[in-house]
Amino acid sequence: MYQFNYKKVETVQEAVNELSANPDSKILAGGMTLIPTMKQRLASPEQLIDIRNIEELNFIREESNNIVIGSTTNHFNVSSSNLIKEKIPSLSMLAEGIGDPHVRNMGTIGGAISNNDPTADYPAACLGLGAKIKTSKRELSADEFFISLFETALEEDEIVVSISFPIIKNSFYMKFPNPASRYAMAGVFISKNDTDIRVAVTGASENGVFRWIEMEKSLSNDWSKSSVENVKLSPEGIMSDIHGSSEYRANLVNIMAIRAFEGINE
Amino acid sequence: MSLVELEVNGNKVSQDVEERQLLVHFIRDDLNLTGTHVGCDTSQCGACVIHVDGQAVKSCSMLAVQANNSKITTIEGLADGENLHPVQEAFRENHGLQCGFCTPGMIMAAVDIINRNSILDEKTVREELEGNLCRCTGYQNIVKSIIAASEKM
Repeated sequence: MYQFNYKKVETVQEAVNELSANPDSKILAGGMTLIPTMKQRLASPEQLIDIRNIEELNFIREESNNIVIGSTTNHFNVSSSNLIKEKIPSLSMLAEGIGDPHVRNMGTIGGAISNNDPTADYPAACLGLGAKIKTSKRELSADEFFISLFETALEEDEIVVSISFPIIKNSFYMKFPNPASRYAMAGVFISKNDTDIRVAVTGASENGVFRWIEMEKSLSNDWSKSSVENVKLSPEGIMSDIHGSSEYRANLVNIMAIRAFEGINE
Repeated sequence: MSLVELEVNGNKVSQDVEERQLLVHFIRDDLNLTGTHVGCDTSQCGACVIHVDGQAVKSCSMLAVQANNSKITTIEGLADGENLHPVQEAFRENHGLQCGFCTPGMIMAAVDIINRNSILDEKTVREELEGNLCRCTGYQNIVKSIIAASEKM
């Protein structure tokens, strides 16, 4: 790992000030992606701004039919929260499936979505539930927030403050984890409330997480298993690597969609 | 360099560290507590698991400076003098180790698993060991040891 300066901050404002003052800084939350990346010298920021101890960012609460989660809340606290288990069980299940227990004790929701790894789980929940992302500057819909592979709408001096998930009990997430890394090779999040059906796919596309509009339309016309089975994802633009070809992954997405649908209706 | 002040196995430690020093290297090289192992160095294997403020973490994926003001327990801090911790005792009684390389991480993970789960069955233990690899593939007796220990704790 290359040498860097380390700065621990206590408030969001302080973090933003540090980012503005030194554009070559990176935010360190749980570090479960950033530190391994720096160890491999794939990232070499001049300064790390440690936000893990900002108290105002570590919370889970219910606010007018939403579950709001502070950005430095770790995966363990999300997966073990009784409030989330009761209100959005699919979200606690998703958090419980990230990495392993030790990683879940450090990794944070804000870090996961800011990094926007194409195989990460949380982006699927944000898009699939229609979450709102509050940053140090503004509020963005999940559709606006996730741009592409490892790319979000965050500006250089902007950090995620909290994520607000609408309470939609009729939702489910199913992923096929890579047998070695446990990252999603295909993950599908489906939600259904009175007015809206959303289907988000992670792990598969070359452009990162996306909404599967064709599937949403099919399910809006007819909420049935055959509606899910009748839509096939095109392998075009789907990742292809040593773990699986585009065709294989596209088929996995189809299967995860069927299982997620069955999960909602169980 | 940054000053870190923390408590390791009940002892106060205060030392200057390089910002980029990993917590596992601080523990092994600076504090000479070599029970915590570096296996894969890529946060997969769990040989480096320790407890930071009561939570199990992989010390190869954390910076020493991040642990400032925290309380750390390593494998050396588990036993009470000559008396082994119940999990250590259970690993001995149930032959829960072969080469022993993964054992410190396995035991630290096991203590955390038992602390968080009032009832433990085999399925839960195996799921919870997701982040700990044993290259001798000695999982059968590791799982047996953890269940045995949980019944005594």
